[in-house]
Amino acid sequence: MSSTSPPNGERSTTLVDQAKKQTRPIDKHLFRKNLLAPFSPLTHLTQTVMVWLSFLLPIVVWCIVSYVPFVWHPLIKITDPSKVSYFKPDILVEKKTFALENEKLGKSGFPPAQGIPANPVFLPAPHEVVLALYKSFTTPPRRNGEPWLHESIWHSIQIIFWGFLWSSIFGVPLGILCGTFPLISRLGEPAVDFIRYMPAPVFGALAVAVMGIYDSPKIAIIFLGTFFQQVLVIANTTRKLDTSLIEAAQTLGAGRLQILFKVVLPGISVDLYSDMRILLGWAWTYLTVAELIGTSSGISYFINQQAKYRVYDNVFACIFLIGLIGFTTDRLLDFIGRGLFPWKQNQNSGFFKGLFTSNSKALET
Amino acid sequence: MNSQYLPQNQDVATRFAKLKDRPVVLDVRNLTKGFSSGGNQHTALDRISFQVFRREFMCVLGPSGCGKSTLIRIIAGLDTPTSGEILLDGNQVQGPGSDRGMVFQSYTLFPWLTVKKNVMFGLRMSGQSLSVAESEALEWIDLVGLKKFKNSYPHQLSGGMKQRVAIARALANRPRILLMDEPFGALDAQSRAQMQAYLLDIWKNVDVTILFITHDLDEAVYLSDRILVLGTNPSRVSELIENPVPRPRNRAQFTSATFRATHHHLEELIHPPCAEVQERFPIPRMTTIGDDVE
Ligand SMILES: Nc1ncnc2c1ncn2[C@@H]1O[C@H](COP(=O)(O)OP(=O)(O)O)[C@@H](O)[C@H]1O
Ligand SMILES: [Mg+2]
Repeated sequence: MSSTSPPNGERSTTLVDQAKKQTRPIDKHLFRKNLLAPFSPLTHLTQTVMVWLSFLLPIVVWCIVSYVPFVWHPLIKITDPSKVSYFKPDILVEKKTFALENEKLGKSGFPPAQGIPANPVFLPAPHEVVLALYKSFTTPPRRNGEPWLHESIWHSIQIIFWGFLWSSIFGVPLGILCGTFPLISRLGEPAVDFIRYMPAPVFGALAVAVMGIYDSPKIAIIFLGTFFQQVLVIANTTRKLDTSLIEAAQTLGAGRLQILFKVVLPGISVDLYSDMRILLGWAWTYLTVAELIGTSSGISYFINQQAKYRVYDNVFACIFLIGLIGFTTDRLLDFIGRGLFPWKQNQNSGFFKGLFTSNSKALET
Repeated sequence: MNSQYLPQNQDVATRFAKLKDRPVVLDVRNLTKGFSSGGNQHTALDRISFQVFRREFMCVLGPSGCGKSTLIRIIAGLDTPTSGEILLDGNQVQGPGSDRGMVFQSYTLFPWLTVKKNVMFGLRMSGQSLSVAESEALEWIDLVGLKKFKNSYPHQLSGGMKQRVAIARALANRPRILLMDEPFGALDAQSRAQMQAYLLDIWKNVDVTILFITHDLDEAVYLSDRILVLGTNPSRVSELIENPVPRPRNRAQFTSATFRATHHHLEELIHPPCAEVQERFPIPRMTTIGDDVE
């Protein structure tokens, strides 16, 4: 703290003074010199600003690329084709082609074609995506029998839910048993460790052969992708439990089952919960593969279709929705976690407060 | 084994005669524990024998690494001896049980339980009904003076408070003997002094025998009836001292002649190894300024 102490002669006199200095609200000094000090906790305000920036910065960059004509914009969107045969209003052409054709037109004495700088079709502007987001819920699919966006997303969520649920029903107890009893760990973990290196998608064809072409093989892929990791991660979490707690319970007369249910389970619950949040994120990464085996379905199918129709704003809308669903689920689980584990330190109440101060120690006391 | 180092006056002699008339609670016989790590054998405890009488406060004193924790863990049933046996009220000890309460140096309160639930833990394990366990737990919490904190979680308590809860939690099971492994070792000097006084008060008012491990000489003399001094390499009982400092104890006795004499005697028993260490590592002179610090 030498950088903040006043010049000579005025150094803090008593310990109490020093303590007061250290605990006064420092939100005023948002950009302190030591903002990048390793592992130093941030003030509340700094955290809030950073969280907003982490969302705002990409959006600002996207807006600049989309709306400032001289940034990127490699194409020309034709407004007046003049006499060029293959130019039509609203089509996109390369800047080079556009210049070449206008040169030809000039030589032949025709007025030049008109156009405005544009981005490729795969990079829609923010407002187009927002509009698509709205329209995708209000306009019916192009072809009969194709799912709406929300139907696709709902289908995907169901696949994830069932895959993850089945995986957890087997994986969580097995992981805890492996972590608690070395015997079971030696018996189960080597095999699990071996299988986990086989990428889940390689079982796709097998799953279809065994379970048909509809949802079951998809759920199976999510299951296979999650289960083996889950066992190992949870076994490790269980092993990290402070053994002195188990010893304390033993000297208090707890038996084997009582230790399992009254010490191990509550003892690992906080870590187990956050493991599950991370594993749920992993389950999403298997979704795309799962949805493409058998009959395609869900958001992957939706995205593929929209890309075929070259409606990229719909594609972006869909990708954005997936991100939003994942993020909200995680924040929601975090919020629920705070209620579930009242003994956890650094409690922050409220959804948004939790959002802005996740994982970091609040400075104020 | 000689337990006579100062001429005992009549008062002290009768006090210990009375103590030894009481039934033996804990009987440790020829306890030996060896560890083999990486091929080489290491004897942590070598034929340790002693007895603890009912309602006695016995301290086990020894330098760091001499096997004090190993000894108490074996008595608690958390470790198995290589040979020798431990009898509690004449019955051989087999594994951990609620008849031997334990307070560890590291805080081992269950962080997910409130103070009250922590103290209730042992009672619930032994099948007490919720209401009985609760009312008994509250009595114990009251005894250690933490009524106001009964609904707090461990992380909201100071170190001394945590150890008080740990004591209440162990006592709630009404153990035959309370095993304490340097329970105040992690506390600052003030809270340690306070906790020592608390412990003596509790011991006076509760029917419990205490085996207390420490490496702090003052603590041992202040608390104990008798002091079991362990030596190192391999660790044997070097002496079982009958502490002549009269009861009731108070901190003013720290300067009394008896206290100083006992302390001095312990120091002579324990300290020689330290002198050796100093001789073995001569520290080179690493400063050029000021040669007059001593
Ligand atoms: N599990 C173990 N494996 C091997 N050696 C051990 C083990 N536990 C303790 N020891 C050894 O036994 C000796 C006594 O340790 P300990 O009982 O913890 O000493 P103290 O509590 O007196 O400081 C130490 O030298 C330590 O290295
Ligand atoms: Mg120790």
